[in-house]
Amino acid sequence: MRDKGRIIVGLVVFVVLVTYPLWNNLGAAENTSPPELALPKDKTHCIEEKEYMTANHMDLLNKWRDAVVRNGDRYYTSQSFGERYEMSLTKTCMNCHNDREKFCIRCHDYANVQPSCWGCHVEPKETE
Amino acid sequence: MLENAFRGSKRYWLLLGFWVLLIVPGLAAYALQMADGLTVTGMSRDVTWGLYIAQFTFLVGVAASAVMVVLPYYLHNYKAFGRMVILGEFLAVAAVAMCTLFIFVDLGQPRRVLNVLLHPAPNSVMFWDMMVLSGYLLLNLVIGCVTFDAERKGAPPPRWAKWLVYLSIPWAISIHTVTAFLYSGLAARPFWMTAILAPRFLASAFASGPSLLIILALILRKFTRFDAGKEAIGKLAVIVAYAMAINLFFVLVELFTGLYSGMPHHVDHFEYLFVGLHGHAALAPWMWVCEILTVGCVVLLLFPGVRANEKLLAPLCLAVIVAIWIEKGIAMVVAAFIPSPLGKVTEYAPTAPEIVITIGVYAIGFLILTVLYKMVLTVRGRLEVT
Amino acid sequence: MMNEDRRSFLKKTGRAAVGLGLGLPILEAACSRPRAGAAGAASSRQWAMVIDVEKCLRDEVRSACAQACHRAHNVPRIPDSEEEVKWIWSEDFEAVFPDQAHAHLPDSLKDKPVLVLCNHCTHPACVKVCPTKATWKREKDGIVMMDMHRCIGCRYCMAACPYGARSFNWQDPRPYLERPIRPEFPTREKGVVEKCNFCAERLRDGREPACVEATKNVPGGEGALTFGDLSEPNSNVCALLRKRRTIVRKLSAGTGPNVFYIV
Repeated sequence: MRDKGRIIVGLVVFVVLVTYPLWNNLGAAENTSPPELALPKDKTHCIEEKEYMTANHMDLLNKWRDAVVRNGDRYYTSQSFGERYEMSLTKTCMNCHNDREKFCIRCHDYANVQPSCWGCHVEPKETE
Repeated sequence: MLENAFRGSKRYWLLLGFWVLLIVPGLAAYALQMADGLTVTGMSRDVTWGLYIAQFTFLVGVAASAVMVVLPYYLHNYKAFGRMVILGEFLAVAAVAMCTLFIFVDLGQPRRVLNVLLHPAPNSVMFWDMMVLSGYLLLNLVIGCVTFDAERKGAPPPRWAKWLVYLSIPWAISIHTVTAFLYSGLAARPFWMTAILAPRFLASAFASGPSLLIILALILRKFTRFDAGKEAIGKLAVIVAYAMAINLFFVLVELFTGLYSGMPHHVDHFEYLFVGLHGHAALAPWMWVCEILTVGCVVLLLFPGVRANEKLLAPLCLAVIVAIWIEKGIAMVVAAFIPSPLGKVTEYAPTAPEIVITIGVYAIGFLILTVLYKMVLTVRGRLEVT
Repeated sequence: MMNEDRRSFLKKTGRAAVGLGLGLPILEAACSRPRAGAAGAASSRQWAMVIDVEKCLRDEVRSACAQACHRAHNVPRIPDSEEEVKWIWSEDFEAVFPDQAHAHLPDSLKDKPVLVLCNHCTHPACVKVCPTKATWKREKDGIVMMDMHRCIGCRYCMAACPYGARSFNWQDPRPYLERPIRPEFPTREKGVVEKCNFCAERLRDGREPACVEATKNVPGGEGALTFGDLSEPNSNVCALLRKRRTIVRKLSAGTGPNVFYIV
């Protein structure tokens, strides 16, 4: 076992690297319960049911994107509520969910996801 | 087998360290490019492809040139190439790796590169280029490792490996043809839209690749115990001579068709390259050096005495590589954009970050090459002793 | 003995992984192709534009077009001309129609400015070369569209376009946008290609493209730009094309441009 020293050093380095997400985020979480989201005041429901939207909003947006950009379609009929909506992130979704900080960011921060929507899609009130 | 790359002399580790020293600034410059965008390069709205794509084009040629040792050895039993073949195959591996990296660093949205696989577009030559290059990389890796592993064990390679080798021969021709098709099917760029582009690419590949192989073999002979053999090097030199002569012929043929026809959309690009257009002549010195080197190499390499003299052969091979690098790696890509479809002349010169990234990618390729060659040398060294 | 078994196991796993990695996307693509076609040929149009070069000679008309377009689509104003992004702009007649620019042009055309934009060709070279179908010709309306989400920024389309109609975002365009940014149309990220989209988003609302509308608001600009459906024999563009002699850019390239110029 000539290489015992090197092996142990290598093992320690490996363990440190592999557990990086654990020890790096120690104490970083401000709350351990799901965040409180500021919901739009004048609406009772979203396009679809809340549980569906929470889990599938990205999937829905991707489908909308392909329908609008690639097929030139315009309207979407809600499967839960039957209402017709224009398929547009900015004009439909952001029209109600107009506070990015208190709605989108809060939840995405909690889930540690960084969506890149706002690099291109301009919020109705953010025009500066 | 690969474990041999982790043990080596001080010189070996110094060489690896040298490559790493070139890679690190390349990574830093690429981080800058990721942050700021491709504005850090010298490319513009008119000249949308530059140093990166030009290096890709040059290196696809080097990768394809492995066929020049594989074909004689496997199809015609040319035993003299026996020790050289694995060097050619591993050079192809390193070259294709660099090609892939050059495409990657050229992309505006590299995180989306997998879109090419997720949304295949068979109408696009670029899609096919990605397919054939990946296939070629895989082919050469498998062939190289399997045949070399067999050699290490002292046994003949498995039967199916022979079929892969036979596949790799037309595949090598195809990678450079498909790369030429990237350019030669575009009605918008008359400088590229010539049927002779693919033959030109192949001719210059078969001159530059074997030249690089000769230089590598000479370096290996000088610094290690590996000797590819005088006959192998001599034969490669003949291949370089013929390929360079054919390449020169193709260049002259192109010049004639373009210039004699007098059609502005042909003449303009050659005029820009050799004498300048509207007062812009940045590439002219490069072109004249390239053509003088080309003619000089063709003439000198005709003499068997010159080819046999390694003190002359080495600099001539270097000259061949430089000449073809200028032709493919600088002139060919950029000149098609000057003048632009609207008749404007926008010149191109690479910026510092662009050059540093380019050097970094080359260093990665040479690192891969060093590791693979070390593996070959160590195993062969052991075989020769026993 | 153990070593050989482990080696062959690793090799088999590797081969399986490679097979899946290559096979699954191809399988998905092959299965998804029918979906794209089924979306439909309900009404297939070909939007086209006729530009009256004489009516567009006046600066006010042309700059109104460019202003309206660039404003409507949040097109950045980049000071470095080598990196500029432009969807519609003016070039000299000789540059726009090099195969018509002989030495004895009439004064009405010699060195005169002409509006240029994407021609939304019938056989677009850019669509042919895009490796991800981030740009494609929409069956429904003939618009050569850009999918900003899919573009990988390889700029092959820019090399293939015979008209120089496309621009690339060499850097983040946000700092160069005219304020206030219009939320009706998304901006773009660095690293993607963009070009005129025939105002697909306005056409969907039943409105005319921004440039066409802008010329109508300039006194004397009426009729400078005519926009309509080429596949509809009684449309305004078809009627105009039957009456007036028009030329297109680089006819010999075979791209079939759908922007016509009355000269």
